[in-house]
Amino acid sequence: MPDLGRYAVEVLSAYAGTLLLLAALIAGSIWKARRVLRQLREAEARRKAPK
Amino acid sequence: MSIWEYANPRKFMATSGALLPWISGLAAVVLSVSLIWGFFFTPDDYRQGSTVKIIYLHVPAAIMATSVWFMMLVTSLIWIIRRHHVSVLAAKAAAPIGMVFTLIGLYTGAVWGQPMWGTWWEWDPRLTAFLILFLFYLGYMALWEAVDNPDAAADLTSVLCLVGTVFAVISRYALLFWNQGLHQGASLSLDAEENVADVFAYPLWTAIAGFFLLFLALVLYRTRTEIRARRLKALIQRERMA
Repeated sequence: MPDLGRYAVEVLSAYAGTLLLLAALIAGSIWKARRVLRQLREAEARRKAPK
Repeated sequence: MSIWEYANPRKFMATSGALLPWISGLAAVVLSVSLIWGFFFTPDDYRQGSTVKIIYLHVPAAIMATSVWFMMLVTSLIWIIRRHHVSVLAAKAAAPIGMVFTLIGLYTGAVWGQPMWGTWWEWDPRLTAFLILFLFYLGYMALWEAVDNPDAAADLTSVLCLVGTVFAVISRYALLFWNQGLHQGASLSLDAEENVADVFAYPLWTAIAGFFLLFLALVLYRTRTEIRARRLKALIQRERMA
């Protein structure tokens, strides 16, 4: 760990906040992609099912 | 081969599906290397101390915040002129990524500004233009959700994108236009006098490449989701009409 001196709080909070926002963006993208794919598969299965 | 082939959703899905694992892997490696390099292996600045390490987050995020809007402008124009759905869905997919990059730029700027300028916020031309750009991103995303007809939503959001481009340009070039405010000039420049020292510049260029690759991976991934969501909506409408 580098010595950040008297600005440790500022530097660490900048990195922590950025990584948190990027993680939320990636997690949100994956969550939406999985939800849409599941719903699409269900809808296509309904369409192909005999009536 | 023509670039317009990728306006076909099937072609786009096949190509993006093959590219995505490679781009995602490269983005993870380049971004990790740049941030570890910047955080652990660069010296403090003689005036700014260790806060200079925030540059590896703030500058790439700010560059990408405006660049994403310009990408949305190009894809929106393609929609307006040639009516390619994949194009406008790519703009829709890019907006949340641009919004997060803008938020990172604003947040890291405030955290950096407090110890250096003595204030979290100043109504300086660049900062104010960036805040308005952030609000434009939110407005663009809200408009997509508010309009039920996908083509009408695409038309309206494309027009909003054209209007918001004014603020994207101001955000990037505010210092050249007004030459006032607390914000410093460009950190990276072709003019060696203005440029930051190489010891900061090399990891900074790597971080910019990392943020760009992350954007590329996410926009491809999210565009694939939007194409599927559009197909899902069409199927549900067909079910209701049957």
